[in-house]
Amino acid sequence: MKDNSYAAVMARKNEIMKKSIGIDYSVYESGGIGFDYEKMMSETGYSLDEIVKIQGEVTVGETPIIELKNITALARKVSKTGRAARIFVKDEACNPGGSFKARRAACAVYHAKKLGYKGVITATSGNYGAAVASQAAKLGLKCIIVQECFDGRKVGQPEILEKQRACEAMGAEVIQLSVGPELFYMFLILLEETGYFNASLYTPFGIAGVETLGAEIASQFMSREGKHPDVVLITHAGGGNVTGTARGLIKSGAKSQVIGASVDLSGLHMASDTAFNRKSFTTGHTGFGIPFATWPDRSDVPRNAARSLRYLDRYLLVKQGEVFYMTEALSALEGLERGPAGNTSLTAAFALAQEMDDGQIIVVQETEYTGAGKHHMPQLSFARANGISILFGDPNTEVPGASIVLPSCPSQIKVRDYDLGKARKSYIKNCMNNYGVTEFSDADASFLAEETKTDVAFVREALA
Amino acid sequence: MTIAKGTWVQIRSTVLEAGERAPQVPEDTKAVPLLLWVKGYTTMDHTDLAIGDVVEVETVTGRKAAGILEEIEPGYHHGWGSYVPELDAIRKQVREMLEEVV
Repeated sequence: MKDNSYAAVMARKNEIMKKSIGIDYSVYESGGIGFDYEKMMSETGYSLDEIVKIQGEVTVGETPIIELKNITALARKVSKTGRAARIFVKDEACNPGGSFKARRAACAVYHAKKLGYKGVITATSGNYGAAVASQAAKLGLKCIIVQECFDGRKVGQPEILEKQRACEAMGAEVIQLSVGPELFYMFLILLEETGYFNASLYTPFGIAGVETLGAEIASQFMSREGKHPDVVLITHAGGGNVTGTARGLIKSGAKSQVIGASVDLSGLHMASDTAFNRKSFTTGHTGFGIPFATWPDRSDVPRNAARSLRYLDRYLLVKQGEVFYMTEALSALEGLERGPAGNTSLTAAFALAQEMDDGQIIVVQETEYTGAGKHHMPQLSFARANGISILFGDPNTEVPGASIVLPSCPSQIKVRDYDLGKARKSYIKNCMNNYGVTEFSDADASFLAEETKTDVAFVREALA
Repeated sequence: MTIAKGTWVQIRSTVLEAGERAPQVPEDTKAVPLLLWVKGYTTMDHTDLAIGDVVEVETVTGRKAAGILEEIEPGYHHGWGSYVPELDAIRKQVREMLEEVV
């Protein structure tokens, strides 16, 4: 009988991981802080052409571009200069499963099947669950989704309950847990018990799956507008969306600025049972965005293929109330019910467009499906029932966990830059602490320069 | 109550007791156990089963799991929520602002 105590299972982590992903990560290690990221991506992932084929077989990708002319007009109306960039969205809700996550899932499930696994498991409360369930159904594999779903009173956010329903509708077994990071422990037990494939969000093939999103944006804009977009705005959580999209843009020769956006949930502890239902966003928020940017290897694989600081040019924060406002504006002005969580980057785009000129282009690179529970009305009424005050005012006064402040006027939706220099320094310091070193070799300094999109001098200075 | 083999139910089990939680979790989370819910088909006929009794199920992937019977034939009860007047106000506001432009 296996020892399934918390300590014993966590001690078997590397062995379980290796068996469940089929990648020997140790061959990419250099012995120091660094590892060969590009070699890992090219040897274990798939090429862009291969992914186009894999996704094409299951009708993932090739989603339409929609110009949001009325949202752009509203941005120009409130802009101080009267000017604003044209705002477009890539309607990723059209994918099977209802989100861009289908791109990651298509590659992971294809890979699992190719390697002969009978089923796939993933840990997610978000859209990725429905995406994996959808792909597993299509390719005939069994599927288990592990969700952090309820607080200790068995109260769950309507958005997560809807994702449970969607996963079950597509034939997945859904395991629901109360709040806590020990979800990972349960995840390991299930991998060991079933021998299924770990369809992690953070494997090289999962991330490579998002590259087609960047590549499609580059080619769609070249063909319809004769140029690449000036800015691609990406909702940022674990970093896979940013990393994959940016890599696809680069591979297609697009020099668009890559800008991340997250909902500001500062002050809320993500592992708190009592705070769990006091937030209205389960992803795309700073509770994932900042920890994953500044320590990507916290994920459920030994080396995370999602490394956002390599690609981000700017990182913008928006407020919960602003995203709900824009979600309503999207349906009222454009006739599109999408989100809400996927509209985080749309909200940032609305504010950012006002810093730009009329001829410039911003692409919001995702939308997500809307359904019962997964809509701003049930989410706001759930928040209100949980004692969160919902009011009109200045969004800057919003206190995560206590209030949701809807802007009194859309002119109050603002660009707030999160200091990427601070995030980069924080990542470098985390490397020092987690590896227990006080200085870096030349090889590690070069690696960290690539990791942070800086130079060796910046890395050395951060250390000082 | 009588529950036939193959009835769709939801069960609950305790993964970690309050005292066994991971060291890094905050105090409020440490004070409660880590609970797990899963659904499956009962593996045998029961003639005298009550909510709160231990029952074994087979899940849709074919796993066997045992736990406390929580709900028989569980449905989905999330919905579209209550009326939120603020959303009407936003809809009206953005449309009026745009009318001035057009």
